[in-house]
Amino acid sequence: MALTQADIKRIAHLARIEVNDQEADETITKLTGILGLIEQMQAIDTNDITPMSHSQDAVQRLRPDVVTKTNLREAFQKNAPLLGNGSNEQAIANGLYLVPKVIE
Amino acid sequence: MEWEVVIGLETHTQLQTKTKQFSSASTAFGAEPNTQACEVSTALPGVLPVLNAEAVKCAIKFGLAIDAEIPLRSVFSRKNYFYPDLPKGYQISQFELPVVGKGKVTIQVPAVGKNAAYEKVINITRAHLEEDAGKSVHDLKSVSALHSAGALQDMSGIDLNRAGTPLLEIVTEPDMRSAAEAVAYAKKLHELVQWIGICDGNMQEGSFRCDVNVSVRPKGTEKLGTRREIKNLNSFKFMQQAIEYETRWQIETLEDGGKIQQATVLFNPGTGETKAMRSKEEANDYRYFPDPDLLPLEVTEADKNAVRALMPELPEVMKARFESEYALSSYDASSLTSSRDLADFFIETVSAGSDAKQAANWVMGSISAKLNVEDKPISASPISPIQLSQLLRRISDNIISKNAAKQIFEAMWLDGGELDAIIEAKGLKQESDSGAIEAIIDEVLAANPAMVEEFKAGKEKAFNALVGQAMKASRGKANPAQVNEILKKKLAA
Amino acid sequence: MINSSLKSLSTALQAKTISSVELTQEYLNRIHQFNPTINAYITLDEAKTLAQAQAADARIAAGSADALTGIPFAQKDIFCAKGWVTTCGSKMLANFVAPYDADVISQFDAAGAVNLGKTNMDEFAMGSSNETSFFGGVKNPWDFSRVPGGSSGGSAAAVAARLCAAATGTDTGGSIRQPASLCGFTGLKPTYGLVSRYGMIAFASSLDQAGPMAKSAEDCALMMNVMAGFDERDSTSVNHPKEDYSRDLKQSLKGLKIGLPREYFAEGLDTSVAKVIEAAIEQYKKLGAEIIDISLPNTSLSIPVYYVLAPAEASSNLSRYDGVRFGHRAAQYDDLMDMYMKSRAEGFGAEVKRRILIGTYVLSAGYYDAYYLKAQQIRRLIAQDFTDAFKKCDVIMGPAAPSTAFKIGEKTDDPVAMYLQDIYTISTNLAGLPGMSIPAGFVMSEDGKDLPAGLQIIGNYFDEARMLNVAHQYQQVTDWHMKMPVMPEGKQ
Repeated sequence: MALTQADIKRIAHLARIEVNDQEADETITKLTGILGLIEQMQAIDTNDITPMSHSQDAVQRLRPDVVTKTNLREAFQKNAPLLGNGSNEQAIANGLYLVPKVIE
Repeated sequence: MEWEVVIGLETHTQLQTKTKQFSSASTAFGAEPNTQACEVSTALPGVLPVLNAEAVKCAIKFGLAIDAEIPLRSVFSRKNYFYPDLPKGYQISQFELPVVGKGKVTIQVPAVGKNAAYEKVINITRAHLEEDAGKSVHDLKSVSALHSAGALQDMSGIDLNRAGTPLLEIVTEPDMRSAAEAVAYAKKLHELVQWIGICDGNMQEGSFRCDVNVSVRPKGTEKLGTRREIKNLNSFKFMQQAIEYETRWQIETLEDGGKIQQATVLFNPGTGETKAMRSKEEANDYRYFPDPDLLPLEVTEADKNAVRALMPELPEVMKARFESEYALSSYDASSLTSSRDLADFFIETVSAGSDAKQAANWVMGSISAKLNVEDKPISASPISPIQLSQLLRRISDNIISKNAAKQIFEAMWLDGGELDAIIEAKGLKQESDSGAIEAIIDEVLAANPAMVEEFKAGKEKAFNALVGQAMKASRGKANPAQVNEILKKKLAA
Repeated sequence: MINSSLKSLSTALQAKTISSVELTQEYLNRIHQFNPTINAYITLDEAKTLAQAQAADARIAAGSADALTGIPFAQKDIFCAKGWVTTCGSKMLANFVAPYDADVISQFDAAGAVNLGKTNMDEFAMGSSNETSFFGGVKNPWDFSRVPGGSSGGSAAAVAARLCAAATGTDTGGSIRQPASLCGFTGLKPTYGLVSRYGMIAFASSLDQAGPMAKSAEDCALMMNVMAGFDERDSTSVNHPKEDYSRDLKQSLKGLKIGLPREYFAEGLDTSVAKVIEAAIEQYKKLGAEIIDISLPNTSLSIPVYYVLAPAEASSNLSRYDGVRFGHRAAQYDDLMDMYMKSRAEGFGAEVKRRILIGTYVLSAGYYDAYYLKAQQIRRLIAQDFTDAFKKCDVIMGPAAPSTAFKIGEKTDDPVAMYLQDIYTISTNLAGLPGMSIPAGFVMSEDGKDLPAGLQIIGNYFDEARMLNVAHQYQQVTDWHMKMPVMPEGKQ
């Protein structure tokens, strides 16, 4: 499975990580080694084996439907990032988090 | 060529829980931005989801209501995509193993023009639990004053109060063949989720949102056409318009030799048109995988039985009971069970002691008419079931006439007041003293010898005219049944 | 005091021969002296630390002290601690002040322990050498030219250099045990679900587990008494009855069945490390243990399986770092997409990005079955190997890492060589089993330094008390765990 620069860019875009051509080429080299390692799995016959998502064979616990959370907006928004693009203000206004316009 | 439209629906119903799907933050509507966005809703580093028991109960209720398979185990998966109102960068949903499997909903499609009304079974593919996203506020002018950075017209604001609200997504098979069927299904589902108490049905607030998949194919062919998905319809009227427009558009496109591209479209109520959304950058690759933070959800027979014990009588069952127990027509029974509140109103009226047939007539007649005019739900009726029942009992006890009852009803609807006091004040008490009625009839007979002659000559109409005269002479207070009886006796004598 | 056990520190504190403030100050002094070189801590906040020490002294004075009250611990910077900068070793969270406490932090606070500071780590716990930290590498106290292991490298160096009484770590594929081996101390990764993951910044949720890093098994037992316990905020937290992990320390090992997996002594294991392990096994024989040859046939598959599952989970867990609500946002961007792409490209380091890309790839359309599903199936085979093995033995022993500490920079360009560091530890994470590493001896490096090597002990589910007993008995007849590195003076 030879990865191409286009593959890396497609994956990086899905993951929302900018990579330039040079980074993509470096990534190909490193990822190819790792994927080679991963390929070892294909030699194993796994027919009829139930996939294992958790090490415990337990079921989901349910939480009573009772409100216990209080408003911690101010505390949480202290961590809001700076707006950027020349502004040194936090990316918040009237309790909303600010992002570049979302276009549908 | 004759075309056939094929429609399937995906409906997002917000479940009526106090807290979110995976955290104990409130789901109340309308709070200040982000004041109900707890650490889990905000997806702070290190936080973890724990499932809401009530949301699971709602899902089981729905499964039981549509007679669906409810598997022992279902699994939560992550649907990965980036969007500012999706704080974790993934939505916790159910993918391969949903909590509710195949089920059925029977819809009543109303008569249109010369097409008669009919019933149809719509197959439900599945229903699964998931969490709602937050909201993007695009018009920040209303929150101006805010930011000296300016350029707010280029920004959207993110409010995560809704993020994590429990949803049950209900998916149908592509079983509907017209906008009318789709709307009938949506209405039926809307009523059902309210009936079983899992969703408040508030479409303005987004509690019940439909995505409609529409495709067309030449009539008589099997292969499904390429579908386009109309997103986020929040009124039945818009749904009808959107499907009709979309169907026409697809047929015209194909007849013009074009091809349908799979797309997500939005309906613009202003223009009445559907339009494809700016296509997302890549084909959706959501990279679903089982959420390692959550274990499989188990629903045992005992769990189902516990929920079953809490289930209200379902509309179909209630309808059948109304027909057999109260001898109501299928139409009446069906109308009365079209909403839980209406049915409850009727049942309370009957259990307060009034005749079922009369109660049905009044609930579907006077009361529904008033509510329609005032655009109010039955819960807003100023006349309570107990008051209505008292009113109906005054009729059956011969204390007031039906006509008087109508007047009293109008007065109570507008100004409230105590029933008997109104009867007294308006002087609407019926004359049931046979001596007094006899005296009135004697006067009428004496004053109208010609009518008496006509009656004796065989003209039935003359009898009704005499009754009318007697009622008039009593200023409407005489008991009509008694007038009839006494008049018959006197004329036969 | 710096080489004292937690028990003797506790005794001294409660007898008031030393106050918590004095003890804390002594560690802070050592941190001032050595941390500029070793770089074990990312964040120190002496005011907070000393306030906790004062509160501990008051609690001791009031006679309501617990076993760990007043003892200074280092906390891996993966645990959210309210009011503390919590970075997870990443530029992404360089300015993130946690607004809440992880369960582990709450438990230490409730016990009256003192938080000395937040320790360095590989970025988002992805690494085996601490070299991926945005805050710089950590030096191995035994040889400053070498790595301490990772990802809990800061905690490891702090424990080894006696810059804390003990520390917390997390272990997703060996991040407690491999550094314990490379730095010469005792580290335990408990059964998955025993310690709450609430507030512990996620790397690979189905594998992550927090545990103690300390000088001895006895110290680890005391820490486990504080750290382990059911937490309703973590759906994977096991509702296991509270236990006293030190209850069995003194049990004899007569008749103990030790399984030695053939695969752990095959090609890839450094011969001098193998000798250390063999000597330790001899010691166990003397303690009355019986040695049983076992096989864990799917061991070699644990690395490929891990490098599918862990990056897959991580790629999703790290999606929340989008520059919207907290964390790094690019200084310049054009639109929403550009903001995402740049913020994440700038905020994450190379190894984290690599793993996100692997994870995204193996989950993407068309590859899920061949990679993710296949890996989950083989995960079951690996777990089954252990189930079969534990029918024949009580504990499993082997090396914790294939070699002693390697040179800084030696493996940074070869991710596969780096990943093989965890060949002996990863399969226990996949199975969810507890594992520990204890100091078992030293190997002379080519440049003439004594480097520690660890013996790994793997137990059955919830068998921590027995493992601690097995380790403690060995530590009663050996003194490897008491050895301290002789460090250059450092800054005075």
